[in-house]
Formats: sequence, C-alpha cells, structure tokens
Amino acid sequence: MSTLRTEEMTLNMGPQHPSTHGVLRFVIKADGEVMREAIPDVGYLHRSIEKIAEKVGYHGFMPYTDRVDYVCAMFTNQGWAMACEKLAGIEVPRRAEYCRVIATEFNRLASHLLTVGLMGMDIGAMTPFLHALREREMINDLIEELCGARLTFNYMRIGGVGWDLPPGWREKAMAYLDHLDPILDEFNSLFSYNKICIERLANVAPITAEDAINYNLVGPNLRASGVNWDVRKDMPYSVYPDFEFEIPLGSGEWGTTGDAMDRYMMRIREMVQSSRILRQALTRMPEGPVLARVVRNFKPAAGECQIRVESARGDQGWYVVSDGTSYPWRVRVRTGSFAAMGIIQKLSRGLMIADLVVLIASLDVIAPEIDR
Amino acid sequence: MQTWLDNLIARGAFGHNPPRELVYAIGIAVACAIVLFAVAVPFASVVTWVERRVWARIQSRIGPNRVGPNGFLQWLADGIKHVCKEDVIPAEADARLFKLAPYLVVLAFILPWAVMPFSSALILADLNIGILYMTAITALTVVGVLMAGWASNNKWSLIGGIRSAAQIISYEIPAGLSVFPVVLITGTLSMQGIIRAQGWLPNQWFIFANPFCFAAAVILFVSSLAENNRTPFDLPEAESELVAGFATEYSSMRYLFFFMAEWGNMFIAAAIIVTLFLGGWQFPRVSGSAVVMNALEFVTFNLKVLFLVFVSMWIRGTLPRVRIDQMMSLCWKYFVPISFIDLIGTAVWVAIWPDGNPIAAWMMLALGVAVAGLFVWRVVYFTKRSRMELYFHPTI
Repeated sequence: MSTLRTEEMTLNMGPQHPSTHGVLRFVIKADGEVMREAIPDVGYLHRSIEKIAEKVGYHGFMPYTDRVDYVCAMFTNQGWAMACEKLAGIEVPRRAEYCRVIATEFNRLASHLLTVGLMGMDIGAMTPFLHALREREMINDLIEELCGARLTFNYMRIGGVGWDLPPGWREKAMAYLDHLDPILDEFNSLFSYNKICIERLANVAPITAEDAINYNLVGPNLRASGVNWDVRKDMPYSVYPDFEFEIPLGSGEWGTTGDAMDRYMMRIREMVQSSRILRQALTRMPEGPVLARVVRNFKPAAGECQIRVESARGDQGWYVVSDGTSYPWRVRVRTGSFAAMGIIQKLSRGLMIADLVVLIASLDVIAPEIDR
Repeated sequence: MQTWLDNLIARGAFGHNPPRELVYAIGIAVACAIVLFAVAVPFASVVTWVERRVWARIQSRIGPNRVGPNGFLQWLADGIKHVCKEDVIPAEADARLFKLAPYLVVLAFILPWAVMPFSSALILADLNIGILYMTAITALTVVGVLMAGWASNNKWSLIGGIRSAAQIISYEIPAGLSVFPVVLITGTLSMQGIIRAQGWLPNQWFIFANPFCFAAAVILFVSSLAENNRTPFDLPEAESELVAGFATEYSSMRYLFFFMAEWGNMFIAAAIIVTLFLGGWQFPRVSGSAVVMNALEFVTFNLKVLFLVFVSMWIRGTLPRVRIDQMMSLCWKYFVPISFIDLIGTAVWVAIWPDGNPIAAWMMLALGVAVAGLFVWRVVYFTKRSRMELYFHPTI
C-alpha cells in the first residue's frame, strides 16, 4: 500500500491578523495543526523614530518617544529624559523623581492589564479582556488628569516632569489602588486559575534560563524563566532604592519553569508589586519643585551615554551620542519586544497554531516597539 | 394535523371533493412556512440581541441599546445591513460550492423544527423516529461547513472547516449515545412519546431518573455546545487564531446565514435536552380547555429551552477556548467511555426497576438542589468578596 502523499502547508499569518497585536507577520510552515516553524517578519511598523531624533533636537524629541511603545509611553519618556540628563549632568529634583516613579508605575499597571487581558482574548475569552480594560480605563483617567493625555503622554521633560500632581490626585490614586487589589483577586479567580486557562498556558513553549539569557530576553519574560534580573533592583535608577518591593520569579508552579503560564502570572504578580511601590511613593512624596532649570537651547557637551530603564516590556536601553550641537548625533533604542521576537522561531517548532497565538501574547510583543 | 385537515375537507372548506394529497401538501407547506418565519428565524435573530445584551452585562458593558426599545430591533438592523451589503465571491473560490454551503447549513437548522414538540398539540410531525431524525439532521451542518471551508480557497477557512468536521463528527458519538438511556427507559423514539413518559414534577424528569441519566444529560449538553461551535469549543471560528474560520471569505447574507444557523442550533440543542431530560412541555393540568393548556405548555417548553440557551451564553461569557487536541481527548478519552457506561448502566437499571425507582429519583433531585444551592452560595460569596458595586438596571 502506497503511503498518502502529504504536503507542508505554508500559511501567512499577518500583517493583518486579529491576534498579532498590531502589524506583525509570521510565515508558518504547518503540518495540519502542528507547526514546523513560524518565521517572524518584522519591519512593517518602522517609522524611523531614531532618525527623527537627529532632526528635531533634544526637547523636540520627547513627544516622539511616546510612539516608540505607545502601550507604556511613560518609560520611553523617562528613558529619553534620563539619557539627556546624564549627558548634560543635570540633577533632577526629588519630587520630580517621585512623580516619574508614580507615573511609570501606573503606566506599568496599565500595560500589564492590557497584556493579561489580551492573553484572555487570544485564548478565546472576551470577558477578561474587557474586565482588564475597564481597570485600565480608570488608570488612563488618572493619567489624563496628570498630563492631559491617555496614551501618548509626553509627561516628562529633560530635568523633571511637565506638571506636578494636581490637587486631590493623590487621594484618588490611593482610592484606585484600594480598588485594584481585590479586583486582581477577582481576575485571578475568574480567569487565571480557570482550569481551561491553565491547560492552555501551562507547559506551552517553555524557555530555559540559559535560552532566555542567550536570546537576550528581558523583563518579565526573562524573570519567568527564573533569572533574577530587574534593572530597578540590580542597577537602581531614579528613587527606586527608597522603596521596598519584591521581584517575582517564575517557578513552574503549573508546569515547566518559563512556560506561558509563568510569563502570564509574572504580569499579575508584578502588578501587585507595582501597587506596593505606588502606595509607598504616594505616601512618602517630598515637597519641592518638579522641574530643574534647563536651558531652552539644550546643548550637552560632546560625548555618549547609555542608560537602562525597566519598562513594562523589560530592560529598555537608550544610547545617545552628542557632538555638542543642539541635535543629537545618534540615538538608538534597545527594546524588549525585538528581543522577544527573536526567540519565536526557535520556540515555535512543534507547537500548534493555537499555541503560537498564546506564545506571542505571553511574550507581550507590541508591534511598534519592535521596529521603532 | 391530518385529522384537522380531514375535518376541514369534510366540512367542504376547500370546495367539493378536493384532491386530498394536494390539500395535505399545501397544509404542510403553510405550516412549515409559519414555523420557519414565525418561530425559527425570529428566534435565531432575536437571540442575537439577547446574547449581545447578556454578554455585555457579563463584561460590564451596556451592549446594543440604540435601535428600538433597549436595542431590541438591533437584529432587524443587522439583517437589513447584511442584505444590503455586497455579496463578494472570491475570484479563486469554487463559486458553486461557495454559494451552496450556506444553504446546507441553514437547511440543517430549519429541518429539525418539523419535530419540535412545542406543546401536546403544537408539533408539525410527531415522527415515530423523532429524536433520531433530530440528531441526524443537525449533523448535516458539518457538510455545509466543510464545503464552505473548502470552497473559499483560503487556508484559514480550510483549517476552520476541517476543525469543524473533526469536532462535529467526534461529538456526535457521545451526543448520540447520551440519547439512548432515555430511549431505553421509554422504549420510544418519538418526541411526544418521550415527553409523555415524564411528568411535570422535577422528580419525574429523566435527568433525575438515575445517576447514569444525569451524567448523560451533562454529556449531551457539553457535546451540543461542541456541535454548535459554542465556547469553549468554538475552534472552527476562533477569531484570534483563524480570523473567522470557515466564514472568513463570506460576506453579506451568506455570512448571516451561518450565524443565524448557529444561534438557531442553540435553540434546537436546548430543545433536545429539554425533551429528553427536563420534562419537555409537561405542565400540571389546571384547565380543561385545550387552548389554555397548550398555551401554558408552549410557555413552559420555551422557558426551559431559553434557560438552557442562557446557560450557554453564560458559558460563552466566562470560559476561554480549549485547544484542538484537548477537545479531542475530552471527547474520546472521557465522553465516549462515560456515555457507554451510561448506556449499560441504564440498561441494567431498567432491567432491575422497569418502572423506575422513585426513591433514587428523589435522592437525585435532592443532590441536584444541593449542587444548585452550593453554586448560589459561591456566587454570593464571591460577589461579597469582590467589593464591587452591583448594578441592577435591566433597561439601560
């Protein structure tokens, strides 16, 4: 009896596909439902943001940094501001640093809420997504009061932040945190500990600690594999040494260490820690100015600097070279999503098509951050 | 219905000595049209509005509320919109199969209404093989879906179609096997016969007749979710994986046909469960008038069915989707063996107690009430713990 001839199927997932979180493309080689390989194709969202910096100058580039990663724009704001301050040797007022921590941690909450919600949507549950977005809307309302924008904030300035906290904002923020903690519990019992959710996420695409380091994963994806590295703790910046918080690590509670469930739970646990940091920052906030005196024609001395920020998608690196003029000579951003895209091809071998969606969602890949 | 037509002919309602077969044919056609346009299509359409509203509440949204009172006419607006849209047939598609597929799906959704036992008198045809007919016809969906997936000439559609075929054929087995315990007890396949063998009290329903029937009812419900592509088994149209599954290339009214059939099949699946296990239209005899009794029975039957439809919406709003291998292992490793055990167990049970065991029935009922009570207690507990404000505004 002759064997039935079968062919590999080449599927094109994206750039327009509902679960690719923006404009991403994967070329999938599949044998029925099982993938041989998924080859990521990046570059659909390249907007030359780094080149733009060379044309608009130091102050002018701040709004553009929002577009690097629009889901957590506060971190890119902060990265750029910190790089410029380091180049010019500017001392940032303490109250401004607290404002920055509060803004970025709220942004981290918002970003992680979106991630866990999208994870729900990608495995077919609409309700967790909308419940998570409901909470995210409240954060957006708070941030809107703070800086007037809900997505592309443009809140920070070189030498501080644009505006101080509005009157009464601190109480509102505290009230929101009191509201959030039970909501996270509810979210867990609704979705995270659901039998189907655990079945779908546990043991899917585990990343070993060695692989995570070799493929240069950062942030929650790295920590899910059990590697304890968080820029906030290990290379402290801003006022993070003032706060008590823990770095959650993946332990393989539901399956293998570093599987999709670990990466997913990492976001939930980081939200709890962010909430802890926010409570401390809001209570200990010092008085004082929020913006150092910075000349309008900002011209740092010739030189280069590199800074790292722990964004919601991990260790974000900013490398700036100045030639002493009012325009940076070269700017380079190193983002977490690009690193995460690199490992997809390796992990996708032998997964099912439905698991690829889980993999992308669990790595928290945001399309604009890949290409800048 | 035949006797009613015979009476009309005898009274000369169709003139002197009309051709009897012609009158029957016209009578059947008119009755079918009434069922189709007065019950099946409106139900399938209105339930879209109900589902969107229920779903919205679960997700703390408001849902459609613009067209008509509380958005009730949303389904009409959607229908008009879909009819007015351009009917795109992809150039590379197999046009004939592509056009034919939605009709097969709709056919599989319309034909079961012929044996739908709305009340003791309201049934188009009380076939002696009613339940067998019902399960056979609903399985016709798979042909249409597979055809749609293949003819679209789109790889995502094809995967959706194949998934759907695998899923429906697999779950036909536990679903079919779960029907037989009831057939063993009653000794009939007729829908009305099965309902007449039950009473209006819950302890006379077959779901509580013995533990095996209870398990069979649960398996039948879960399998019907799978057969109708409902969450958590909505893999054929998994929007996050396969764009829109087998319906990706469809537009306009053809697209609507698929979804009308899906929502209509929810009613049919629930009706099968209500008929087999939940006492059908049985209602205590409170009035001597046949019209009043039939009306009450009609309401009873529909309320039971709508409750099951609501549970299915509720599940859709709560659970994520399973993966295809998990779905298959659930079917073949658990459901098929358990339904065989149900079948054998019921056969033994019927051999020991041919007229049923009332004590077991009361105990099963008590167990069912205890489970429901536990569920309500859990809901209250979690509602209190979440410290969320509760809103009860049915008319926003």
